[in-house]
Amino acid sequence: MVVFGQFLEVLIGGLLAGVLYSLVALGFVLIFKASGVFNFAQGAMVLLAGLALVRSLDFMVARGVPVWAAIVLGLVFAGLIMAISAWLIERFVVGPLVNQDGLTLFMSTIGATFIIEGAAQLIFGSDVYPLRLFPTDAWFLFESAFPGGILVNKLDVWGGLIAGILVTGLAIFFQKTKTGRALRAVADDHAAAQSVGIPISWIWFVVWLVAGLVALVAATVWGTKLGVQFSITFLALKALPVLIIGGFTSVPGAIVGGLLIGAGEKLAEVYLGPFIGGGIEYWFAYVLALAVLLARPQGLFGERIIERI
Amino acid sequence: MLYREAGQFKTTYSADMAIFPIRQDRVALILLLLFAFIGVPVMATFHIWPLGSDYMLRAILIPFLILALAAIGVNILVGYCGQISLGSGAFMAIGAYSAYKFSTGVHLPLAWLGTALAIPPLPVLPSILLGGLMAAVVGILFGIPSLRIKGLYLAVATLAAQFFFDWVFIRVKWFTNYAPSGSVSAPELNFFGLTVNTSIERYLLCLIFVTLFAFVAKNLVRGNLGRQWMAIRDMDIAAELMGIRPFYAKLTAFAVSSFMVGVAGALWAFVYLGAWEPLAFDINRSFQLLFMVIIGGLGSILGSFLGAAFILILPIMLDQVPHAIGVPISVETVSHLVFIVTGALICYLLIVEPHGFAKLWSIGKEKLRLWPYPY
Repeated sequence: MVVFGQFLEVLIGGLLAGVLYSLVALGFVLIFKASGVFNFAQGAMVLLAGLALVRSLDFMVARGVPVWAAIVLGLVFAGLIMAISAWLIERFVVGPLVNQDGLTLFMSTIGATFIIEGAAQLIFGSDVYPLRLFPTDAWFLFESAFPGGILVNKLDVWGGLIAGILVTGLAIFFQKTKTGRALRAVADDHAAAQSVGIPISWIWFVVWLVAGLVALVAATVWGTKLGVQFSITFLALKALPVLIIGGFTSVPGAIVGGLLIGAGEKLAEVYLGPFIGGGIEYWFAYVLALAVLLARPQGLFGERIIERI
Repeated sequence: MLYREAGQFKTTYSADMAIFPIRQDRVALILLLLFAFIGVPVMATFHIWPLGSDYMLRAILIPFLILALAAIGVNILVGYCGQISLGSGAFMAIGAYSAYKFSTGVHLPLAWLGTALAIPPLPVLPSILLGGLMAAVVGILFGIPSLRIKGLYLAVATLAAQFFFDWVFIRVKWFTNYAPSGSVSAPELNFFGLTVNTSIERYLLCLIFVTLFAFVAKNLVRGNLGRQWMAIRDMDIAAELMGIRPFYAKLTAFAVSSFMVGVAGALWAFVYLGAWEPLAFDINRSFQLLFMVIIGGLGSILGSFLGAAFILILPIMLDQVPHAIGVPISVETVSHLVFIVTGALICYLLIVEPHGFAKLWSIGKEKLRLWPYPY
């Protein structure tokens, strides 16, 4: 029973951690779906959003603004910053590169990553800033069934809830609203969408904005977990295997991929780690992703890749 | 007027297919090589500007040459064969650590066979080449997924190599000969009895390697193999239908590319760093190399050099600017500004010329041909 309890604890912890990866991966999927751009800057956007939020919060709280008002204002401020950066990226980086091939666009987003990282730290500072939006203590579940119960981090549960709300919201946005339909049309075929009168630059701005807001949400959770700091940008790298397991083009894929990676990583670390030296969390996700790709080259939920000559 | 091939008639097929068919190109190349092999050491010996101090050789020219070699390797894979790789840092690390192991002697106990694999310490040159060979073998292994995975998916898959080998060289102490700090230092650089010590000697050593491999690469990409790679890059299905074996073409690209990157890694560790940790070959190195190739020009050997020069020298220059004009800002601010300016320049270059410096170069050559009468 103890063994099973431990297994369950690791599994639940892994699944919830996986949801947090999904939060970052979602931003990638949104942009890839709508514009075919593989946006490497997502991690930097999480950093920017987190820094904007935490610094404005500190600023307001230090001047005696009540905490709830400060949080609302801070979120609005960070949202505004994300909107501005979305506009700048669309206008100056991605916009001029319409119709270039995927690799060039990918590299331009790496360039954007440098700009955002540099600018964010230049404006908001480059220390570690603690963020306290969610409780970080632990729950002990099923104490009657297992000795000691199962330890579950409250923050991870919050993260899971938020991810659920976010995905539902995005699904409704994509399926039911006019802008969402336009987004899907652009994703299918840029030229055809343009010819029926969909303004492409506006749509791309919206996409980058939504990705920026997703980054803000990810920043609130990850910032509470790790503190807002530069290393948060490495989340982008952590989200990549999640992304390719799920498939670049699938929102549910990002969630399922996150769950698989989170659970697989933690289980491997606990049950495989002692045999081959610890720290395998570092690469396990990538090797898992590689294995999935060998079986399904477009990811589990990706659209089938059809090639014509 | 000066740069025009009019009047240079080819009378044999071999002259027509020569590596540099235009006489002016040959002259320019010979002058450049003469300058690099003789001019630079002479200037450094007599402290003539800009080689007045050791700094220029040690901190700019040597890393430039080594990274240019690595960039040529990456360019073969990404630019000529179209297989995006984000794992080049790992292949540099494999080259470096294999060379280190070969130069200090390999002792691998194979318990289940009841025997042990033992190789005595090898001299430096075979170690470096064997380092490249090991990188090539691993490159082939990690190239196998490319037969099934394409494009950006492949790029992410190659990250697996990067992170796996980062971990291996940190955690598996056998590779670092159980050094407690995890940092290892290079053996004495002894080539056939000649010891390479000073910056000038190190520079010449790198230059010899780079020149040789650049010629090898240039000839490979003009030949049968290079044309197969380019056909695969342009459209792999069509290439397959024409009778090119994707298996063979892709894996040779991975092997040749990893070999060069591995040799560059061994040089980077032995000649440039001297003592190093796994961090020297992390994911940022991979990105740096990919940047060099894309900024320099995909599918161009010359572009690899131009890209390497740009990406390497830009941050150094930017670091110097505030000092030079006497603006008192903190080191931290400077590093952030360097980030911003580098990113902005990369974006700008991609927008203005998505095909990199190599394209600018060839446009310049076209203009020069017509100059001074543009018709």
